[in-house]
Amino acid sequence: MKTRIIVFPGSNCDHDAMHAVANVMKNSDTEFVWHKQDSIGKGIDLVILPGGFSYGDYLRTGAIARFSPVMKDVIRFANEGGTVIGICNGFQVLCESGLLPGVLIRNQALKFRCKWVNLRGENTDTRFTNALLPGEIIKVPIAHGEGLYMAETEVLRELEANKQVVFRYVSEKGEVVSEANPNGSINNIAGIINKEGNVMGMMPHPERACEAILGSADGKKIFSSLARHFEFSRSLNEAQI
Amino acid sequence: MTNTISTLAEAKKTALELGLLDEEFEKIVSILGGRIPTYTELGIFSVMWSEHCSYKNSITQLKTLPRKGKRLLVEAGEENAGLVDIGDGLAVAFKIESHNHPSAVEPYQGAATGVGGILRDIFTMGARPIAALNSLRFGSLSEERTKFLVRGVVHGIADYGNSFGVPTVAGEVYFDPCYQGNPLVNAMAVGIVKHGETVSASADGVGNIVMIVGSSTGRDGIHGASLLASAVFSEAAEELRPTVQVGDPFTEKLLLEATLEAIGKKLVVGMQDMGAAGISCSTSEMSAKAGTGMKIDLNKVPLREATMSSYEIMLSESQERMLVVVEPKNVDAIKEVFTKWDLQAEVIGTVTDTGTVEISYHGEVVANLPSKALALGGDMTPVYQRETREPSYLKETMGFDLNSISDIDDANAMLRSLIASPNIASKRWVYEQYDSMVRTNTLDLEGSDAAVIRVKGTTKGLAVKTDCNSRYVYLNPYRGAMIAVCEAARNIACTGAQPIAITNCLNFGNPYDPEVYYQFTEAIRGMGDACRTLETPVTGGNVSFYNESPSGAIYPTPTIGMLGVIDDIANVVSSGFKNDGDAILLLSAYEPDAEFEGLGGSEYLAIRTGGKAVGNAPNIDPGGEARLIDLLVTLAGKRMLKSAHDISEGGLAVTITESCFSNMIGARIMPPSSKRNDHSLFGEMQGRVVISVAPESVEEISMIVRSANVKLEVLGTTGGRSIIVDGLIDCDLDELYSLYTEAIPSAVEAVVEL
Repeated sequence: MKTRIIVFPGSNCDHDAMHAVANVMKNSDTEFVWHKQDSIGKGIDLVILPGGFSYGDYLRTGAIARFSPVMKDVIRFANEGGTVIGICNGFQVLCESGLLPGVLIRNQALKFRCKWVNLRGENTDTRFTNALLPGEIIKVPIAHGEGLYMAETEVLRELEANKQVVFRYVSEKGEVVSEANPNGSINNIAGIINKEGNVMGMMPHPERACEAILGSADGKKIFSSLARHFEFSRSLNEAQI
Repeated sequence: MTNTISTLAEAKKTALELGLLDEEFEKIVSILGGRIPTYTELGIFSVMWSEHCSYKNSITQLKTLPRKGKRLLVEAGEENAGLVDIGDGLAVAFKIESHNHPSAVEPYQGAATGVGGILRDIFTMGARPIAALNSLRFGSLSEERTKFLVRGVVHGIADYGNSFGVPTVAGEVYFDPCYQGNPLVNAMAVGIVKHGETVSASADGVGNIVMIVGSSTGRDGIHGASLLASAVFSEAAEELRPTVQVGDPFTEKLLLEATLEAIGKKLVVGMQDMGAAGISCSTSEMSAKAGTGMKIDLNKVPLREATMSSYEIMLSESQERMLVVVEPKNVDAIKEVFTKWDLQAEVIGTVTDTGTVEISYHGEVVANLPSKALALGGDMTPVYQRETREPSYLKETMGFDLNSISDIDDANAMLRSLIASPNIASKRWVYEQYDSMVRTNTLDLEGSDAAVIRVKGTTKGLAVKTDCNSRYVYLNPYRGAMIAVCEAARNIACTGAQPIAITNCLNFGNPYDPEVYYQFTEAIRGMGDACRTLETPVTGGNVSFYNESPSGAIYPTPTIGMLGVIDDIANVVSSGFKNDGDAILLLSAYEPDAEFEGLGGSEYLAIRTGGKAVGNAPNIDPGGEARLIDLLVTLAGKRMLKSAHDISEGGLAVTITESCFSNMIGARIMPPSSKRNDHSLFGEMQGRVVISVAPESVEEISMIVRSANVKLEVLGTTGGRSIIVDGLIDCDLDELYSLYTEAIPSAVEAVVEL
C-alpha cells in the first residue's frame, strides 16, 4: 500500500498516521508530502489528509489548506479514482475542497472534546470498511472542536439513500442516541464517503486506535480494509493481464 | 520618553518607577562606572533584576536543594530546562513554570502563553515536546469570578496545546478561597531528545552571527516579568492587561518544526527562547553563559509597529520568538529552513569578545551593558537574604483541638459530600477539553495515579505527575513540602515506575513579608530533605512570589512536577479494580506520630469546619516512602498488582471509591481500627497505598511486603456494585459516580439568572 501523508503547516497527526501505517501496519512505502509540493508522485495507492490545525484554523477549519499547492494534485488524484482518506482536520479539508459534501461546524457544546467513542460501521461494503462485519461497533477516539457534521436536507437524504454514511456515533449497545453523539452531528454522522466510493472523511481518529496499549486496536480495521482492497485490485489486474 | 537621561536624579526617579530599589540603582551606577544610565538600560535592568528573572530573593535558598544525580545531564539552572538520562541513548527535558498573574488578568491568553512558554523552553534545547501537564488553583467554585477564570484558563490551555499538537496528559485542579484573588496556573512540559543532539543556550564563538527567528516583535508583554510577575497584585490589576502576551500556537508549531529541523541539520551553535524580558534576557544570558558579548542592531528586528522605541523592542515579550547563534557560513541555510516553514529569520547582530551587550538603534548606541551584570548567576546581580519569622497563625492552627469536632454519625452522607467536593470530584469537564492522545504515546489506563507516556522505539515509559496539597504546606511548611515531593513520588510508583527527578514551581506570597519568607525557607528545607532521601534531584523550575491579593497571601504552594521511568510498559499498573473477587490490601510504610493524625488539614475537616485549614499536617517519613516506592516498583515488575492507588485527599474511603469507579466494580472492606470512625475512613495519613491482587497471590505478596519492612493489612474483597465498609458505609456505586462526575460541570456551567 503505497501511502502518502500530506503535511500542511499545522498538521499535528501526520506522525501518528505515519506510525500507524508504516510501523503498526508495516507498509514500508509510506512518505510525507510537503504541502508546497505540486505533486503527490506516481503510482500512489492511498493519500491521507491527517488531523491537526492546518494554518492554525483561525479562519474556517480547512478553508486555507484547500488552496495549498499539493491539493490540486490530490483533487486530480481523487477525481481519477485514487483513494483518499481525511481524518479530523483532513475531513474538514475534504469538505472545504468539495471532494465531500457538507460542512463541519463547531461542536454543539462549543468546546473541544477528546474522548473515546463507539462507531457503528454503517456501510461495510467500501474499500475503507471491508474488514468490518456489518453493523460492527468499533472503539476509536475523537479530538476536535469543530466536528458537527451538517448538510442540506437534500444532500443528507442522498447520503443516507446511497449508504454514503459510513460511520455513526452509537452507544455501547449500538443505539443511535443523542447521548452517544459527542458533537451534535446530524443523524450522529461520524464519517462519510463520496458517491464513487474512493474518498472518505471521518472525524474520529483510527490512527490513534491501532494498538491495544493506547486503548483500542479497532482502528487497524480501516487500514487493513484498505490493504485488502489494494491487494485484491492488484491481483485482479494481474489476472486480467 | 527620549533615551538619554540628563541627570542622575532623574534617572533614579525613573528607576524607582520601574520597580528597582534605591540600592539597586546605586549598584547600576557603580557598574556603569558613574555614567548616567539610558532609559533603555534602566528598562533592561528593571526586567533582568526583577524577581522573575533574577531570583534575587530565592537563589540562596534554591542553592540548598539537591541538584546533582547520576542521571542528570545538565544541572539545575544551567539550561532552559533540566535534562535527565533515561537510557537507550535518550534524555528527557522537563520543566514547570508559573503564569499566575497573566492568567489572573487575562485568563485565556495568560494560560495559553504559559503553555507556549514552557513548550519553547523544551524545544529550544532540541527536545521534542511529548507531554504537557498543568496544575491549576482557583478560589471557591461558588464565586462567579472563579467560574469565569476556570473557563478561560482551561480554554486557553486547550487551544494552545491542542493546536500545537502536544498531549495534555495530567494535572491537578484545586479550589480554595485563598486563591480567590490570585489563581495559580502552573504549566509543565516534557520533551525527549537523543544524547548529543541537544542545544545549549550559549553564544559561543566570537564572530558568530546572532539571528532572531519566528514572530515579529510587537508591543505586547512589555514589563510582564517585572510589573506583572514580580509585584503584589492590586484591585486595579486589570489595567495591566497590556502586559500579558498574546499567543499563537500555530506559529509555535511551525517554530518547533523549523527549530528541530535546523538543529537536526547541525546549523545551530546556541539558542534560547524569548519569554520573560524578551531580547534583553536572551542576549544577556546567552553571552554571559559563554563569557562573550553581543553587538545588536535593533533596526534589523522585524517589528509589528514601525514606531516602536528601543525600550519597547528590548522589553517586548511577544511570543514565538527565538534568538539563535549560528556560524556565518550557515546563515543562508538557517534562512532556508525557516522560510520553508513560512517563518522569518533575520540577522540582528554578532557575537563579540567584549563581555558587553551593545544595542544600537537608528545608528546610535542605546544601551551598552556588561552581560554578567544582567544574567542570573552573574557576580554583579543583586542577591538578598530576607528576614524570616514564624507565622503567627501557626499557633492557632497547630493548637486546634480535634476533640472539638464530634465523630461522624452518617458516614454515607460524608462520603457523598467528599466525592462531590470540587477538590475530589471528577475533573473530566476539564481534561476532555485537552487533546490527551495526539502523538499516540499516551497509555490508556482508565484512571491511574500518574500519566504514563510510552517512548517509541523502546519498551520504556515515562510516568509524570504534578502534586501539592497547599493546605499541608500552610499548616506546616516543612512537612507540607516533604509531603508534596513524597506524594508525587508515591503516585509515580503506583504506576510501577521509578521516580527519578523533579522540577518545581514555587508559588508564594510577598518575600518581603518575614512570615511568607519563613514559609518559603521551611518549604525549601522540606523539599530538599525529601528529594535527598528519595534520590530525586531538582532539575530546575521557577519561583513565583507576590501571589497575594488584597485579602492576603495564598497558601504556600510549592508545586512538584515529578518524572519517573518504567522499563517495560507492559508492567504498568493503573488505579482501578479489575475483577470481582480480588483481595484489597492496605500497605502502610510507617506509623502516625500523633493521635488522630491525618485529620488535620484534611478535606474532611475542611468540610466539617466550613472550608478551614486547621490542625497539623500529617507525619511524613521520606525513608518510609522510599521503602514503599521500591516495594511498589518490585511488585509491579513481578506483575503482581492488579491496581494501586495511594491514599490522599478524602482518605481511605475515597481512595477505595475511586478505585471502584474505573470499571464500576464494587468493594467490601473492614474498616481499619481507630477510636474515631472519621479518622479511620477519611483521615489522610501519609505513606499508604491500597492495592488489589489476585486472592491466590496474597501469601506470596505478604512475604515480599514484610521483607520490605512495610505493614500489610487485608481490607476486603472487590465485587458487587456498591461500596461497603462494614457497619459504616453502604453506598450504591452508580449513585456515587453521578455525584462524582456531575459536581464540576454543574458548578462551572451553571447559568446565572439576571
